[in-house]
Amino acid sequence: MATAHRPVSTVDTARAPGTARTSDREGTAGSMETAAPRDTAAARGTAATADTADATAADRAADAKAADQAADAATLQAAFNAAVAADERIEPRDWMPDAYRSTLVRQIAQHAHSEIIGMQPEANWITRAPSLRRKAILMAKVQDEAGHGLYLYSAAETLGASRDDLLDKLHSGRQKYSSIFNYPTLTWADVGAIGWLVDGAAITNQVPLCRCSYGPYARAMVRVCKEESFHQRQGYELLLALSRGTEAQHAMAQDAVDRWWWPSLMMFGPPDAESSHSEQSMTWKIKRHSNDELRQRFVDICVPQAESLGLTLPDPDLKWNEERGQHDFGAIDWSEFWSVLKGNGPCNEQRMTQRRRAHEEGAWVREAAAAHAARHSERERATGDSERAIENSERAAEDSEREEATA
Amino acid sequence: MSSSTEWPLWEVFVRSRRGLSHTHAGSLHAPDAEMALRNARDLYTRRNEGVSIWVVPSAHITASSPDEKDSFFEPSADKPYRHPTFYDIPEGVKHL
Amino acid sequence: MTTHSASTSPSAATSAPASSTAAALPLGDDALVLSHRLGEWAGHAPVLEEEVALANIALDLLGQARVLLSLVGDEDELAYLREERAFRNVQLVEQPNGDFAHTIARQLYFSTYQHLMYGQLAASDSPLAPLAAKAVKEVAYHQDHAEQWTLRLGDGTAESHERMQRGLDALWRFTGELFEPVAGLDLDREALRERWTAMVTAVIGKATLTVPEGPQSGAWTAGAGREGLHTEPFGRMLAEMQHLHRSHPGASW
Repeated sequence: MATAHRPVSTVDTARAPGTARTSDREGTAGSMETAAPRDTAAARGTAATADTADATAADRAADAKAADQAADAATLQAAFNAAVAADERIEPRDWMPDAYRSTLVRQIAQHAHSEIIGMQPEANWITRAPSLRRKAILMAKVQDEAGHGLYLYSAAETLGASRDDLLDKLHSGRQKYSSIFNYPTLTWADVGAIGWLVDGAAITNQVPLCRCSYGPYARAMVRVCKEESFHQRQGYELLLALSRGTEAQHAMAQDAVDRWWWPSLMMFGPPDAESSHSEQSMTWKIKRHSNDELRQRFVDICVPQAESLGLTLPDPDLKWNEERGQHDFGAIDWSEFWSVLKGNGPCNEQRMTQRRRAHEEGAWVREAAAAHAARHSERERATGDSERAIENSERAAEDSEREEATA
Repeated sequence: MSSSTEWPLWEVFVRSRRGLSHTHAGSLHAPDAEMALRNARDLYTRRNEGVSIWVVPSAHITASSPDEKDSFFEPSADKPYRHPTFYDIPEGVKHL
Repeated sequence: MTTHSASTSPSAATSAPASSTAAALPLGDDALVLSHRLGEWAGHAPVLEEEVALANIALDLLGQARVLLSLVGDEDELAYLREERAFRNVQLVEQPNGDFAHTIARQLYFSTYQHLMYGQLAASDSPLAPLAAKAVKEVAYHQDHAEQWTLRLGDGTAESHERMQRGLDALWRFTGELFEPVAGLDLDREALRERWTAMVTAVIGKATLTVPEGPQSGAWTAGAGREGLHTEPFGRMLAEMQHLHRSHPGASW
């Protein structure tokens, strides 16, 4: 198996012997980050998402091992609390409270869904990008969003969720994505406004997540933040070119900022007083700052940036408050936020329809590749050549090394 | 989609440059090893992050359990004589 | 970045570039148009991993297009201000995406050609040789991507087999144009055709599919792209691509 195979045996993270005790049977089924214990933990992962909690709770009660665990629950809980308090990372196979797991699955899934739904409003302009340079940038950015979705689904999979299951939940409306993507991109300037404001707000939200208590999520966010730094800058640069361009271009830029400013502020979520998950998430260090704190930080960052752009933020109440050392800003129309969240935004239906269609129309492709793989691994077994696939990948790895050596 | 067509999960290891070992970069789904390698190339090295890639089916990884932390790793914690700092060397002695 | 007026455009296409780089325009148009078509997949790919893969290929091609077009003139002027009849790409690359199998068939035919063509060009003393040497590595990967998917779709399910065959059949009549002479491109076209046929035949066979029968070009449907004769979908593609740029004459972006 893998451990006996040369390339893998040199991997430091993967060399532990399979001394799995009965209480840890699932360990052999895989256990790197993503290889969250599949059979029992897949059940636990889904269980954690509230809707099936009862069913799996029953399963687990029937399980003698679970009874042992229950006896240890207090100790485990104490160890978990201590680790979080000490700012240590929780890793996939550590014990964690069910509610912690379910909160993370929900949050990471929503984050992943936002990345892939978020491709749509920008992809809307790839075919119309007004210069080849902008076209390349936009294509690379939308591609990054698919990549970020992939990193995040992987992080959710370490908790026992499966990507297919999460996608099902998105497609059936049981899980959400960020409401911001239910607004339309009406002009080219919207691509800039999304980069500057929407990505800017996202980064403000995400930077603290790089220190989130759950290891795989924190690591995914490090990668995402690193890659996203270009997203915001390209948006700003795009708007700057428009703002300094012709009158029509300047007007286009101002119009886009007028439309995206308030929805961007809503991206930080409802005011602290009304935010249902905030407090527990702060204790668990999934969240490090409150919605209102992050929103304020974002406003303070944007004001001087808007000035440099030569564009106005559409808020007559926006002004520096000497006393607070922060900007005051106008009241957010939360009724719009809740309305969009409930499905009444300009694009909710459109976004979901396109996502479902892409998934459904891709089904035959995914099935074909799976059928091909199954048939070929059968053939390999029949010819006693079960390791061919691994050898191939090894050969390819070596090829790439050789190529690079000669390059 | 039914889970029967869900592509299996693969762990991706990337050598960032010659002279370094492969390190775990993340994971992805792919129908088979060849595609896993290509998907890994596209996903994890599109910013020039690697010169070589390994992919391993996640199911083929055997890992230690956190429950075994004590028996696995604690015994090595009380053997300070394995570390050079354990030994007292007179001042001024060089190249040790 | 660029200041120009729409009226300069047609001349850009015909105003004799140094004859040695004359091939840059048709090759650049090929890369530009195929990149655009692949970009249309964004947000629609059958699986997330494939979003990333298709975008990588599109970005490689767009990079090639920009270098090639810049040898001829201003890249944006050439891309955005030429009329349909001034484009010199083969008709194969302008064909709409269709389903994933159709796109893969187009990729298989074209990337195999591009791989062989750049390979020859890289070894020649053409001023395009350095560019070809870089591009050949990129398109080798595109060719591999197309081959891997042809194998999986051909030898996958009954449905995928049928779709893949349909894609190969539908695009076959656009493949003859790949071997027509291109001004400024001094290639061994006979060898190109032989190698191409051998490689494509091998992949199709391994994928349990059938090499299409019938002509590789039609009356004047195929074989004319290099002369500026295109298919109907191409005009719509250009309309979408050029509309914004043309709406703001002289603007910088």
